[in-house]
Amino acid sequence: MAAGINAFVTRERIEGGTGPLSGTTVAVKDNISTEGVRTTCGSEMLEEYVPPYDATVVERLLEAGATIPGKTNMDEFGMGTTTETSHFGPTRNPVDTDRVPGGSSGGSAAAVAAGEVDAALGSDTGGSIRCPAAFCGVVGVKPTYGLVSRYGLVAYANSLEQIGPIASDVGTAAELLDVVAGPDPRDATTRFGAGERPDDVSDGPDGHPAETTTYADAADGDVDGLTVGVPTELVEGAVEGVVENFETALDDLRARGAEVEAVSLPSVEYAVAAYYVIAMSEASSNLARFDGVRYGHSADAGADAGDWNEAFARTREEGFGPEVKRRVLLGTYALSAGYHDKYYEQAQNARAWVKRDFDETFETVDVVASPTMPVLPFETGEGLDDPVKMYLADANTTPVNLADLPAISVPAGRAEGLPVGVQFVGPAFGERRVIRAGSALA
Amino acid sequence: MDRVDPEAVDHVADLARIDIDDDEREAFAAQFAEVLEQFETLEEVPEVDADPDLVNVLRADEVREGLSQAEALANASESEEGRFRGPKVS
Repeated sequence: MAAGINAFVTRERIEGGTGPLSGTTVAVKDNISTEGVRTTCGSEMLEEYVPPYDATVVERLLEAGATIPGKTNMDEFGMGTTTETSHFGPTRNPVDTDRVPGGSSGGSAAAVAAGEVDAALGSDTGGSIRCPAAFCGVVGVKPTYGLVSRYGLVAYANSLEQIGPIASDVGTAAELLDVVAGPDPRDATTRFGAGERPDDVSDGPDGHPAETTTYADAADGDVDGLTVGVPTELVEGAVEGVVENFETALDDLRARGAEVEAVSLPSVEYAVAAYYVIAMSEASSNLARFDGVRYGHSADAGADAGDWNEAFARTREEGFGPEVKRRVLLGTYALSAGYHDKYYEQAQNARAWVKRDFDETFETVDVVASPTMPVLPFETGEGLDDPVKMYLADANTTPVNLADLPAISVPAGRAEGLPVGVQFVGPAFGERRVIRAGSALA
Repeated sequence: MDRVDPEAVDHVADLARIDIDDDEREAFAAQFAEVLEQFETLEEVPEVDADPDLVNVLRADEVREGLSQAEALANASESEEGRFRGPKVS
C-alpha cells in the first residue's frame, strides 16, 4: 500500500550520526534543502535542483542521529490543501485512498500514517502541517514563529511559515521539536531578546526560548486545572461529524480536570482573506527568483529566444503549475498600483487584529481549542477547479499563522470512517501548553 | 462581478513575467473575480495599531565560508568561464 499512496518524491537515504534519534526514521518535506539530494518543492521548476547545502533543521536531525529515508511529496511550493497540485502526482490518504491526505505537507503526514516512517518534518504557512495531520489521523505541531530556523526552507510566504514535526503520537512529535528548535545565526527571526513569555518559559543566553525549554517532557497528559477557551467562530462553520468528535474531545478534557469555556474571536472571520492576500503577495516576490538562470527549469534558448523578459516569462510559464501561477498573479495584482492600500494594507490591519484578539483571550484561558479542519478529507479531485472552496477550508488554521502562535493538531476519533483533528493554540512560545493539552487526547 | 477584465490578467501576468495562454486567461479572469470578492471583505476591517516587538539583529561583519564557485554554478542551466549565462538583455 505504501508505494500506492505516492508519499515520496525522492527515496534516497541520508544517514545521521549517533544521538537521541539514532534508529529513528524522519522523512523531510521536499521544500527543505538536503545537500546532494534533490529538493523539488513538488514543482517542475525544481525537478532537477540539487541543493549545495543542508537546511539547519536537516543538520540538526542528522546530528541527533536520525535517518532521513527520503523527501516527501507536497503541493507545489506549499500552495494547496490537498497535495494534489504536485508536479509528481497526488498523494493518497492512507486511511482512505479515494480521499486526499490534506496539504500541503501531505506526503509527510501520509508517510507517518502509513507507518512508513517514525516521524516527518513539514512546513506550515497557513495550516500545511495541521491540515494533513488532521486528515491522516496523526499529530502535527506548528511552532511559534521564530522557534525553528527557516534557513534552507524554500520560501513561499516567509512572514507566516514555520517548519514543524509530524508523528503518530504527541510525545514523538515533541521529541522531534526538541531537536529542531533553537536559535540559528543564519535565520535572524530565531533571535529575540524581546517580548513576553509564558510562566514556564524563559530565554536562553542567545535570547531564544528553546535554549532553556524542553518539550518532550510536557507530553504528560496532565490537564488538571487547565482552562480551555472555545471560540464559537471556529466551531459553528464545521460539519456535523467534526463537531460531534470535537465535543467528545472536550468531554474527555473535562473528565481529566480541564475547564472549558466559550470565548469570542471576532477578527477570525477575516483571517482567510487576510492570509491569502499576505501569502500571495509574499509569494509573488519570493518566487520571482525562479528565472532559470542560477537554478531550476530553463526554457530552451533557441534562435527565437527573445530578450530576457520574454525568456523568463516562458521559463516561468513552463516551470510553474496552475495554482502557483494563480497565486503569483493574484499577489502581483494585490500589490500593484492602486490596489496596495485596499488589499495588502487592510490585510495587515486584519493580521494585527487577529493577534490582539488572541492576546486578549490568553489573559483568561490557557489554550484555545477548535476543530483543526471544519470538514472531513475531500474526495480526490473534488476542489481542484474551485480555489475559493479550498481556501475557505483553511478557516481554523490561518488565524494561528497570522498571529505567529504555536498550535498542535491531534487526532480525535473518526466520523464517517474518516479522521477528525482537534487543534490547540497557545500564547507565543507556549509550545509546552499545547503539547500538554494535546497529549491528553493522543 | 463575474470576471475581471482579461486585459488586467494579461497586465499582471506581464508584471509577474509569466506567459499565459488564452484558456488560462479566461479561467483566471473568472477565478480572480471570485477570489477578489473574498478579499473585498477586508474593507470592513478597522485600522489596528500593530505594536510589534522588533529588535535589531546584528552581527560582526566577518568573512565566513560560503559556496565555492563550482557549487554555486552546479545548478545553472548554462555557465561560461565561471559565470552564470543568462538570456540576452535586449
